[in-house]
Amino acid sequence: MNNITKKITVIFWKDILTELRTKQVITSVLVFAILVMVIFNFAFGTGGETAELAAPGILWVAITFGGVLGFNRIFSLEKENSRLEGLMLCPVDRTVLYWGKLAGGFTFVLAVAIVVTPVCLALFNLPLVLPELVLVVILAISGFAVVGTLFSAIAVNTRARDIMLPILMLPVVIPVIIAAVNATSEIMAGGSWGDISIWLQIIITFDFIYAVIATLVFEFVVEE
Amino acid sequence: MNKKNILRDYLLAGLGIGLMIAALYMVFMYVPTDKHTGIVQRIFYFHVPVAWVAFLAFFITFIYSILYLWKRNMKLDAIASASAEIGVIFTTLVLITGPIWAKPIWGIWWTWDARLTTSLVLWVIYIAYLLVRSFTGEPGRSARYSAVVGIIGFIDVPIVFLTVNLWRTQHPTAIIFEGGLTTPMLITLMVCIAAFTVLYIILTIQDARLKNMESEVRRLNNRLV
Repeated sequence: MNNITKKITVIFWKDILTELRTKQVITSVLVFAILVMVIFNFAFGTGGETAELAAPGILWVAITFGGVLGFNRIFSLEKENSRLEGLMLCPVDRTVLYWGKLAGGFTFVLAVAIVVTPVCLALFNLPLVLPELVLVVILAISGFAVVGTLFSAIAVNTRARDIMLPILMLPVVIPVIIAAVNATSEIMAGGSWGDISIWLQIIITFDFIYAVIATLVFEFVVEE
Repeated sequence: MNKKNILRDYLLAGLGIGLMIAALYMVFMYVPTDKHTGIVQRIFYFHVPVAWVAFLAFFITFIYSILYLWKRNMKLDAIASASAEIGVIFTTLVLITGPIWAKPIWGIWWTWDARLTTSLVLWVIYIAYLLVRSFTGEPGRSARYSAVVGIIGFIDVPIVFLTVNLWRTQHPTAIIFEGGLTTPMLITLMVCIAAFTVLYIILTIQDARLKNMESEVRRLNNRLV
């Protein structure tokens, strides 16, 4: 067990190191997510009363679209210079590969969300510190990561690879988006833990089911 | 194709045509018009069987996707993908007949109710399934990828349903089970469901056969070149 954790950490650290040197993924996803929020502000003409209604939706559209972009990068970077083949030659189980890549993708998208969420709250003049929201963001991004990592490995090997990941991932993560948006609006309206517990349960169930299934089927995706 | 298969196909086709004619007769001549909602209610005998076939088709895709990943037989993949194609067509029909029924009854074309939303999400997921197939060149790889999408997609159905159900719901759910249907209505519905299920089986068998022939042609062609 300890050995597996170590192997996952090595693959994870490789991605972190690449990111620290190039700063490609986090920068592009962050700029994109902030742009999404700005555009949506114009689209909804938010001001005054509509702000509280629109804020949860805009936040989650930004995180979801940014997330799709981020997860697309984690395997498309490996496509360059046949790095994926190199990675497959690693004497590790495919499951280890999956969890290593998942940890990387999760970290990048979470890093983006850590910046985007307070920016969103500030733009709508809401309180900046909402501890419940932190939990919702972490759980929802875990859900995106579990599905996104698996589909990212499929998408890079198809033609039209950039459009393939959103087409595959977005319909599947709809339950997470619904639950996250509802939980966020409860939190922004000053709701308690009891108000959001049902939505948290949905996201946790989703994360758990797909973590198990994706771990089982990942080896079929990266076979050759 | 051997003789047993030809016989089976003729029997299925005969059964399908017979049931379909019986279903049409029952829907338009036999069954009484609904007291509350009037003549539009008759679309129910089309809408519900089509929805049933759509879910059945995706369930078959789910099962054959698992079987394919386990056994690695391209014939299993042919059934999975044929079923998915037919499922998408039937879900499209569900999404068309639903609003036609909803507009006169509810006064709206569409609502974000659990059943409607789940059908829509299923439709999008299995279109993605077909896209993955067509965007992946090599047959073995496209079979593996689509099998994974078929499994992941089907597991999403109960989760989407549950989530949207908590959120909002409007669809006439339990009428069938709460005894809201009279006996003639129930019999008509059963005949329609049987007719459409046989139609589904015929279409899937033929489509899967076509796919098997295609891969056979590809194999022979590769041998020649």
